[in-house]
Amino acid sequence: MNTPITEDELHAHADGRLDAARQAEVEAWLSAHPERRAEVDAWRAQGALLHRQFDQVLDEPIPARFTALAVPSARPWFDARIAAALGGVMVGVLAGYLLRGQATMAPAMASLPRQAAVAHAVYVPEVRHPVEVGADQQAHLVTWLSKRLGSELKPPVLDSVGYQLVGGRLLPGDSQGVAQFMYENAAKSRLTLYVRPDTATVGSTGFRYARENGVDVFYWVDGRFGYALSGTTGREDMLRLATLVYRAPSPLRVIP
Amino acid sequence: MNARDALLAEIPRLRRYARALTGQAARADDLVQDTLERALAKWRFWQRERNLRPWLFAIMHNLHVDQCRMERIEYRPDDELPEVVQRAEQQDGLELRDLDRALDLLPLEQREVLLLVALEELSYADVAIALGIPQGTVMSRLARARTRLQQILNGERTALLKVVK
Repeated sequence: MNTPITEDELHAHADGRLDAARQAEVEAWLSAHPERRAEVDAWRAQGALLHRQFDQVLDEPIPARFTALAVPSARPWFDARIAAALGGVMVGVLAGYLLRGQATMAPAMASLPRQAAVAHAVYVPEVRHPVEVGADQQAHLVTWLSKRLGSELKPPVLDSVGYQLVGGRLLPGDSQGVAQFMYENAAKSRLTLYVRPDTATVGSTGFRYARENGVDVFYWVDGRFGYALSGTTGREDMLRLATLVYRAPSPLRVIP
Repeated sequence: MNARDALLAEIPRLRRYARALTGQAARADDLVQDTLERALAKWRFWQRERNLRPWLFAIMHNLHVDQCRMERIEYRPDDELPEVVQRAEQQDGLELRDLDRALDLLPLEQREVLLLVALEELSYADVAIALGIPQGTVMSRLARARTRLQQILNGERTALLKVVK
């Protein structure tokens, strides 16, 4: 005779965790016990219900703040030289990871990279008037732009990667003002960070990438704002910088 | 695959589990972030030959239990709760609109086991590791969770039928 079937084995059967021989025995037993079969079927249906409800999370873009945790060289256990060697590879992997799921984009967000790239292209070549308020008047810059955008904004500090804040300006957006911060490094290479109040898409998204007229733009939504970092130093370098902007010690944050 | 790739690859599953566990997207992602930070901080304690996934779920479990305690969300043994859902009460006021609500009615201990087995499809041994409990306890909680969830879902159907009528 067969060994008696335990309660645990019924669960293991529902979860497909029995070996083939035992599975056949349990199947045979269930044929003779329809009420228990109904129960096992119900357990399987629960599993299907859970998958139907939650599997969509697997397809959502990974929020930038998670992937930002995995930036090379910022982690003490990781040997700096290995980090340097792997850096390029990792950026590629990260980019691939971050950029999957580009298709699911809110329409409001779609205009963000183009607007940011246009603003970048217009003001970056300016020699005499690249910004309205210079970094030397940072307190005024912060107060002014915070007031105009309706939230306290502080430009992130990028000194660690050699970029100094040049200053900022206010630009017209679709319905209200948009802030643009400009940075420059020793090689006179300029970055702009475009910050647009975006009440339509509250929440957060992963990084997205666009190339607009030769300008590389990484953009994302965090809270009430859409952010776009534009530059021309190449996609990999821009991803590295965008990651830094996202996790800067004093990032732009809404303070209610 | 290096450490960081391995960790990145686990993020979607951590998010799915956290979403189902907490029922709130923002709270779930905070939990995932805390879990990743803790995992990175403890990385050198992770033994290569061990499976990464149960280890991460264990970190998340501990963080979540701590958070629930701090917020005084009940995490008491399920034996102290009434075994059968109060069906009359359900039909009166409690309309279970979706699975989230049904899960929320499960005691946390049962919800964890059910989600790790039925959604994350961990082996019973890995669930035991993740939750720090013996495998026998995994099985008894799993049985109770499935029975109770079925009662809740049946109750929901009854309530819906009543509304339709």
